[in-house]
Amino acid sequence: MFDPITPSTNANGQVDFTFDDKNVSAASGTTIAAALLAADQIWFRETPTSGQQRGPFCMMGACYDCLVQIDGVSVQACMTPVTEGLQVNRVPFSLPKEGKRS
Amino acid sequence: MSQPDSPDLIVIGAGPAGLAAASEAARYGASVLLLDEQPAPGGQIYRNVKDASEQQNAILGPDYTVGRTLAASVEDVGIDYRPGVTVWKVGTDGRVAFSQNGEAQQVQGQHIVLATGALERPVPLPGWTLPGVMTAGGAQILMKSGGLVARDAILVGSGPLLYLLASQMVAAGRPPKALVETQTDANFRSAMVHIKGALLGWQQLLKGLALIGKIRRADVRRYKAVTDINIIGTDKAEAVTFISNGRVHQLNASVVLLHQGVVPNTQISRSLGLEHRWDIKQRCFHPVTDEFGQSSAENISIAGDGAGISGAKAAEHAGRIAALNALKNLGLVDGATHNQQVIPLLKARTKETAIRPFLNTLYAPPTEVLCPTGKTIVCRCEEVTADDISNYAALGCKGPNQTKAFGRSGMGPCQGRFCGATVTEILSKETGLHPEKVGSYRIRAPLKPVTLGELAALTEPR
Ligand code: FES
Repeated sequence: MFDPITPSTNANGQVDFTFDDKNVSAASGTTIAAALLAADQIWFRETPTSGQQRGPFCMMGACYDCLVQIDGVSVQACMTPVTEGLQVNRVPFSLPKEGKRS
Repeated sequence: MSQPDSPDLIVIGAGPAGLAAASEAARYGASVLLLDEQPAPGGQIYRNVKDASEQQNAILGPDYTVGRTLAASVEDVGIDYRPGVTVWKVGTDGRVAFSQNGEAQQVQGQHIVLATGALERPVPLPGWTLPGVMTAGGAQILMKSGGLVARDAILVGSGPLLYLLASQMVAAGRPPKALVETQTDANFRSAMVHIKGALLGWQQLLKGLALIGKIRRADVRRYKAVTDINIIGTDKAEAVTFISNGRVHQLNASVVLLHQGVVPNTQISRSLGLEHRWDIKQRCFHPVTDEFGQSSAENISIAGDGAGISGAKAAEHAGRIAALNALKNLGLVDGATHNQQVIPLLKARTKETAIRPFLNTLYAPPTEVLCPTGKTIVCRCEEVTADDISNYAALGCKGPNQTKAFGRSGMGPCQGRFCGATVTEILSKETGLHPEKVGSYRIRAPLKPVTLGELAALTEPR
């Protein structure tokens, strides 16, 4: 679906993180959204209304379709850099209330 | 973290307009606080321009790398540049509340320049919420800062950015599978009325033709005057179907990139209750400003695409013009200097925008995009359909704000950024009222979701 422009994009080194407990490697300095798309992961959450799967749409922090969960808090994957050991999860259909942002 | 002092100017947004406004103001000794949501300066157009690799620069081209100089101005003396900032409240009294690294702060400026740029126009086609469907701008951001290019993508819509993206994908060795274009011969004939302006902007015209030449040489299939576009798939995009030349086509693709031009990002100007007007040519609302970017509130100026779509070069001029105007009003630049500086900038901007009426007409979005019908989702967040909005109108709903009570449209986390214009269009069609009468969503702080923890950390301005 998405290819790296050049392998040298990874010149800054690699970081490893997990997405729903699966290991993912990414170029350090990139966003969670770009890292997951590079790993062929295109859906990040289910909508609270009907459970439709959604993935990144705008990549600029405006649409909120790229929400993922980190430590139970929903964050925008396109605005959040990946870091070593980060545990990222999909936002499931029924979001636990305490994890929801006001 | 140290509190910023009360600056002369607070500039919100570090794209071309904001960077130019900040550096122009700093040049005259003003103190500037430059707040930006992204991790690096440049806005979306020059995103990541300081750190892009040689390969990225070669693919993205000189109109991208030219942004380096402007991006470097965040180093200018007098500019307190804050990246990674979420601005969630702005007041006409000059107060700005924002979060940085999970900590909320409030500052008070003498004058605020809003340079929040543009958003992709919503392209509410059937299936546009499926994973794998993205904006063309989003795909470009992936090239600029993610180092990724879409493989075998189908590009749908119209406008210069669609061609720019296609040519960049060609340069990256991943030409799009097809261009599914909505503009028609009728669009072209209407646009010819504005050919004089287009010829004034002949450099832009030539650039556009060069892009199209590049796409043609790469043998990318182009379908024109396309209607009845559907993106199909169960859990993700699988194919695009459409009618072109009286024939139904189906093209398989897992990445579909949408574009029908961009519209001003008016979240902050709306939240401030500033005057807005409906632009019949660009089919969107924009805040009302004078030629110097002065809004209907004394302390607030608006520069760049956020005031009305004119493109990156014009935005840069507009940023300088707005800064000079603000500094004159603050007594930091005298009238004579202001006039002397501003006249060439106004001229340059006029030249830069001469091609706009031509482009607006040539790439006018089609009705099926502006005013969708049936089960097509309009509000992505709350999954409100075009039919739903029409039904609310039948039940007496007159304005976008009321649709929130009827069915939560515009109440999700994106706060109507990707449905506002569509809801206005549908209600206008159903009620027969002019879009300006129909109005738009009322926008309230917080402009972006903010945690209680961030709020608790809020300190008063010094
Ligand atoms: S993709 Fe739109 S907010 Fe992240």
